[in-house]
Amino acid sequence: MTDKEWPLYEVFIRAKAGLSHRHAGSVHAADDQMALENARDTYTRRMEGVSIWVVPSERIVASDPTETSAFFEPAEDKIYRHPTFYDIPDGVENL
Amino acid sequence: MYTQGLDQKGQTAPKRDGIEDPAKLEAFQTRVDDEEKIEAKDWMPEAYRRTLVRQISQHAHSEIIGMQPEGNWLTRAPSLKRKAILLAKVQDEAGHGLYLYSAAETLGVSRNQMVADLLSGKAKYSSIFNYPTLTWADIGAVGWLVDGAAIMNQIPLCRCSYGPYARAMVRVCKEESFHQRQGFDIMHELSRGTDAQKAMAQDALDRWWWPSLMMFGPGDAESKHSAQSMAWKIKRFSNDELRQKFVDVTVPQAEFLGLRVPDDDLRLNKETGHYDFGEIDWQEFFEVLAGNGPCNRQRLETRNKAQDDGAWVREAARIYAEKQAAKAAA
Repeated sequence: MTDKEWPLYEVFIRAKAGLSHRHAGSVHAADDQMALENARDTYTRRMEGVSIWVVPSERIVASDPTETSAFFEPAEDKIYRHPTFYDIPDGVENL
Repeated sequence: MYTQGLDQKGQTAPKRDGIEDPAKLEAFQTRVDDEEKIEAKDWMPEAYRRTLVRQISQHAHSEIIGMQPEGNWLTRAPSLKRKAILLAKVQDEAGHGLYLYSAAETLGVSRNQMVADLLSGKAKYSSIFNYPTLTWADIGAVGWLVDGAAIMNQIPLCRCSYGPYARAMVRVCKEESFHQRQGFDIMHELSRGTDAQKAMAQDALDRWWWPSLMMFGPGDAESKHSAQSMAWKIKRFSNDELRQKFVDVTVPQAEFLGLRVPDDDLRLNKETGHYDFGEIDWQEFFEVLAGNGPCNRQRLETRNKAQDDGAWVREAARIYAEKQAAKAAA
């Protein structure tokens, strides 16, 4: 097969108003409009969505999994950012 | 199952990989043992990647080729209702193929490469789709038995260690259940119909029963890659375990339909609580897998023709996109 491959798009779907878009998978398409329509036909045949985003896969900037621990390390030792860090004296309410 | 090609003996042994860091291999296995999911860009052993690429792409090819036996009846479905349902089902199979190609692409293989391997006959797909659908009852039998067997295999795959594959399988399984029920519904209607309709249902069961059991692949003693796939949690149950489960749930359904499973050795074993069943004709299985089934050549020819006939459409879409982009840039 000698066809040039159509670009790959990542597909994000909002299941219903009030929820965020969530990654569903990917589709190939010649252009943006076709990517939307292919995403609709592939990922929402049963009313799984009310809104679709498609993004050219090459435009996604991702953190490096081999650097995961270093990348997220700054948050690791800051347990005081969580409410459970604090002892509430007996008798204090609504806190 | 849809990836029986992986299970064959006599295949070339997995290629030796360059030396992989034992510490990395061990850390990887620990993650898998702890039921952590492996994601696309994570480090993974080359053999794990290769196994997944082959398994997921074979699975995708099976979905795509699987559209043909059913597509055969689209224009001859007995009612508008049945036609609409069958259209939806065949469209789902295309969707399943696309979810799976998309999952395989996360491992670094291109869509074009996978499609090329299917078209050239290099890649395998499930043996089951090389059998013909001769009557309308075959559409019932395919949904009930073939999709039923597929569900048995695919539900554990929803927990596969590779995240993108597992997520694709969750989607597939939700839809597969509709496929199986619509098939059973066809069989149910025929089995309550005229003598001729009932005979047609029985004939379909007679022809599809054994090929459906073969879908699970060779017996455990013969299955080559199983142990490693189990250790990697790509596979959760052995071929024989899944086959037994399928027989156990399907036989009572056949009884409900008043149809006879074509196996003289089939009987409920009171001690084990499972059905004992007869010997599978493995010679037939390997022949079909090797390309000598009733429809192998036709399936690939049809697929190649569809690819060739669509070439001008893909070309036109690409040129249109380039023109639009140029116009927007100007």
